[in-house]
Amino acid sequence: MDDVTPYIILSSILFTIGCVGVLTRRNAIVVFMCVELMLNACNLALVAFAKQHGNLDGQVAAFFVMVVAAAEVVVGLAIIMTIFRTRRSASVDDASLLKY
Amino acid sequence: MSPAFYVLAPIMVIAALGILFVRKAVHAALLLAVVMISLAILYAVLEAPFLFAVQIIVYTGAILMLFLFVLMLVGVDASDSTVETIRGQRVLAVIAGLVLGVLLLLGLSQIALGTVVGLEEANSGGNIQGLANILFSRYVFAFEVTSALLITAAMGAMVLAHRERLTPKATQASLAAQRVRDYAEKGEHLGPLPAPGVFARHNAVDTPALLPDGTASALSVSRVLAARGTVRSAPALADDIEEVQRSLGGVPGGAGSAADTSAGSGHNTERGTGVPPSQVDDPSEEGDR
Repeated sequence: MDDVTPYIILSSILFTIGCVGVLTRRNAIVVFMCVELMLNACNLALVAFAKQHGNLDGQVAAFFVMVVAAAEVVVGLAIIMTIFRTRRSASVDDASLLKY
Repeated sequence: MSPAFYVLAPIMVIAALGILFVRKAVHAALLLAVVMISLAILYAVLEAPFLFAVQIIVYTGAILMLFLFVLMLVGVDASDSTVETIRGQRVLAVIAGLVLGVLLLLGLSQIALGTVVGLEEANSGGNIQGLANILFSRYVFAFEVTSALLITAAMGAMVLAHRERLTPKATQASLAAQRVRDYAEKGEHLGPLPAPGVFARHNAVDTPALLPDGTASALSVSRVLAARGTVRSAPALADDIEEVQRSLGGVPGGAGSAADTSAGSGHNTERGTGVPPSQVDDPSEEGDR
């Protein structure tokens, strides 16, 4: 049987890229996409470990992550829409009222 | 290790890096689609056919379409630029990301995963049947809670996207009253705006209407055309009409007077004699003035 380590390495690379994207990008929608990228990287690790251990619990966990991600995207994009409607901007730097 | 991994892994890493560097959010969404479809294929390789289908249907089908819809509604704004607003933030973020990546890879290099068990036994009765057995026995409570989560998310999205009307809806009667009020207080023109081309030699939308003194009325053409700079000027119009008449061999003065009477409009006599037969001054437009 072959090794799943390359999948885990790919998963950690994707997670790192998503993390850097969340920290550097300013458009709220792109930040959101990077969060999705991190969730997908975790899913890849879960599915790889499911194969490693030979039971389906990892796949069920990945399935739940997908469900939560779908709900999160719906609410998050609605929040971005609301902020855009009031401030005419989707930049994460502009929503800074709590700072002052 | 399957060859699909070695084909898809570089594509996924390049596409994910592209999300960091592209300027337009739409391009980032398309690159994310590449990553997600590649992930779906990797799920199939990892003996998870159900997740392969769910990944394509839920992620690339639903979530990415939602992203694209919101991008379309929000449009392009200054946040698409990659100029940093907090000094040094980007460098620090990249350093933090590199540290995280090195930590993860170091941790991975320290462990040995041992032999892979494989999913042949777990998938022997079918992958979907196996998943359903676990989902509706051990994880049934989490599955039920998921329904509450989904309902909450749908309600939350509806509440957030809903906009309460703060001012009463403007009806035709209120608009008419406002117009008369503007006329009484500020002396604004009471009637409708002049149609394009009135008293001019064309009635195309980019031809401004002419005022009685022969100047063009800026109100008669759309502001969009004016912003684009495609509004035709009245003297230029006169020139091409005379050119056409010359090429037809007609004398501008004579043809003009004939057309004048045939058009039956006395209002353009002060505009000179060069009125061509092509002039369109229909009475409905005159009424608007």
